[in-house]
Amino acid sequence: MSVASATSVASPRRVLPGFNLTLGYTLVYLSLLVLIPLAAVFIKTASLSLDQFWAVISSPRVVASYKLSFGASLLAAAINVVFGLLLAWSLVRYRFPGKGLVDSLVDLPFALPTAVAGIALTAIYSANGWVGRIIEPHGIKIAFTPLGVLVALIFIGLPFVVRTVQPILQDLEKELEEASASLGASRWQTFRFVVFPALLPALLTGFALAFARAVGEYGSVIFIAGNMPMVSEITPLMIITKLEQYDYVGATAIAVVMLLASFVLLFAINMLQGWTARRSGRDR
Amino acid sequence: MERHFDGLSANGLIQTFLSSPPGTEVNVFCGIEDMSIQVNNINKRFGDFVALDDVSLDFPSGELTALLGPSGCGKTTLLRVIAGLEWADSGRVLLEGEDASATHVRERNVGFVFQHYALFRHMTVFENVAFGLRVKPRRERPSEAVIRRKVGDLLDLVQLGWLADRFPSQLSGGQRQRIALARALAVEPRVLLLDEPFGALDAKVRKELRRWLRRLHDELHITSIFVTHDQEEALEVSDRVVLMNHGKVEQIGTPQEVYEHPATPFVYGFLGAVNLFHGRVEGEHLAVGDARLQHGDAAQAVSGDAVGFARPHELEIVTDLSSDEGLEAIVARVLSFGATARIELYAENGIDEPLHYEVELPRARISELNLQPEQRVRLVPAKLKLFERKTA
Repeated sequence: MSVASATSVASPRRVLPGFNLTLGYTLVYLSLLVLIPLAAVFIKTASLSLDQFWAVISSPRVVASYKLSFGASLLAAAINVVFGLLLAWSLVRYRFPGKGLVDSLVDLPFALPTAVAGIALTAIYSANGWVGRIIEPHGIKIAFTPLGVLVALIFIGLPFVVRTVQPILQDLEKELEEASASLGASRWQTFRFVVFPALLPALLTGFALAFARAVGEYGSVIFIAGNMPMVSEITPLMIITKLEQYDYVGATAIAVVMLLASFVLLFAINMLQGWTARRSGRDR
Repeated sequence: MERHFDGLSANGLIQTFLSSPPGTEVNVFCGIEDMSIQVNNINKRFGDFVALDDVSLDFPSGELTALLGPSGCGKTTLLRVIAGLEWADSGRVLLEGEDASATHVRERNVGFVFQHYALFRHMTVFENVAFGLRVKPRRERPSEAVIRRKVGDLLDLVQLGWLADRFPSQLSGGQRQRIALARALAVEPRVLLLDEPFGALDAKVRKELRRWLRRLHDELHITSIFVTHDQEEALEVSDRVVLMNHGKVEQIGTPQEVYEHPATPFVYGFLGAVNLFHGRVEGEHLAVGDARLQHGDAAQAVSGDAVGFARPHELEIVTDLSSDEGLEAIVARVLSFGATARIELYAENGIDEPLHYEVELPRARISELNLQPEQRVRLVPAKLKLFERKTA
């Protein structure tokens, strides 16, 4: 009797069954796959003194790699927002021959092994590649420069923006634009004041995803980057370099910096996204 | 005929309306000039489907007209063609007498109210109503102070001033539609077009808003067209009803005219419950099987096979089976609630499915008759409207 009443107090009756089981499973799963490995990074790093830690993470070569990794990733995500929106727009709004093909091509960067992408991009943009041959005489080098890193990161980040914006654009009622036009707004005003605000939360989500992917990207970048110290080395490559020198602690120290920086950036983007979603009335 | 809207003077007009004692009619939008709408020979197809088949209509200035018809009859398409949201395949749209067929919707200066409100979700109620003023070209755009006053006045007009800072998602359906109307009125449209404005609302709010719209129209006198498939709504609210079916106009008239004198069987059937009697015209009578029903209208020039139409209240029930009047039927159910009671009956002629009839009688008469289910009675139409039967 007392046992029964105790359980009923502890777990108020729920309509959906299996809450305890699913929550327990979720926590165990998350711990095994995410939290424990991440914690290991911190624990391993803790074997360094603060001074040593600082020395590792602030060495000029590593700092240059942060600048490239985070800078190129942010820039690539920003470029993807603009062109991903354009792509999503033409895929949703217009009918043209080969639309189905274009639509499935968008997913290619998802599916392609990153090494394949890297080799393909390098082959095209290097001095004797199709594109490289044309633009290199004009003084623009893409392969084996930071610009090449940017190109690779744009390539792998594109589907994230397209695929987050597309469904929102598809669901956007035609009436909103008709109402705007009937009130005298021009096409541009309608886009600027009616369509764009509705898409902003999705664009930010796409940005965050593309950025997160770009920061962690390795395979496609190392082929085209050329990996010159201080110029075109990305941070994940620095970690690999340290590992190859059996400097495990140094590698984890850099990993901690990446982890924290990515977390802070994503957290900020999520906050921003939540704010715009509330503003556009989706949460209410 | 360029119309320039001076924010201040327009504001002044609404101000006049707001400060005038109730009952006084103030002509806010009209009276300056003619605001009629004409459509001439409009055709519109969607693939093989004919949405509008050579439609010509004249909507006089200052009237509230209902476009009524079943779904797919072309009424919404016609409204959208008038607004400029849809292009007709051929034909002309005249606003205030000038050809607007080639004018883009944003230059037509029509107010359009959508069934699902189409409010901008990320803007407050205030910004929604102000939208049409803010997107005006810089030269015509009123100052911020004028916008504030004007939007405030419009919100007062729709009696929702206290909601100015809310977002649309925080409003009820009825409130949203009133805001949508205020937004459409903000740009001082030449005409107001409403597409099933109450279609998404529940019955009670519908009724309230109907009455409210009628009052608003009586005050503003802006030429308005509203689309509906609800005959009660159309008859109750409008000055004139245009009945449409299969892309064609079936009848035009005041609510009274179309209800009392339906021009076609379609109109008769669409405007309310109806009982059908298939038979042959024989002089003063309509022969339905063995029964002979007096149609009581010698002027009806219908002969041969015909269908007689009678509304439920135009039928009388006679319990004396020996009478040779009327048609024999069997009582199925007696529904006696409300001021009038409805009796459902059926008749069997031994060939087809049983035929169903509906009779409406005052309650006093019901208790006098004391009808029981399965009781045999005779149905006597007080009046029959005859239409020739189309041989299919």
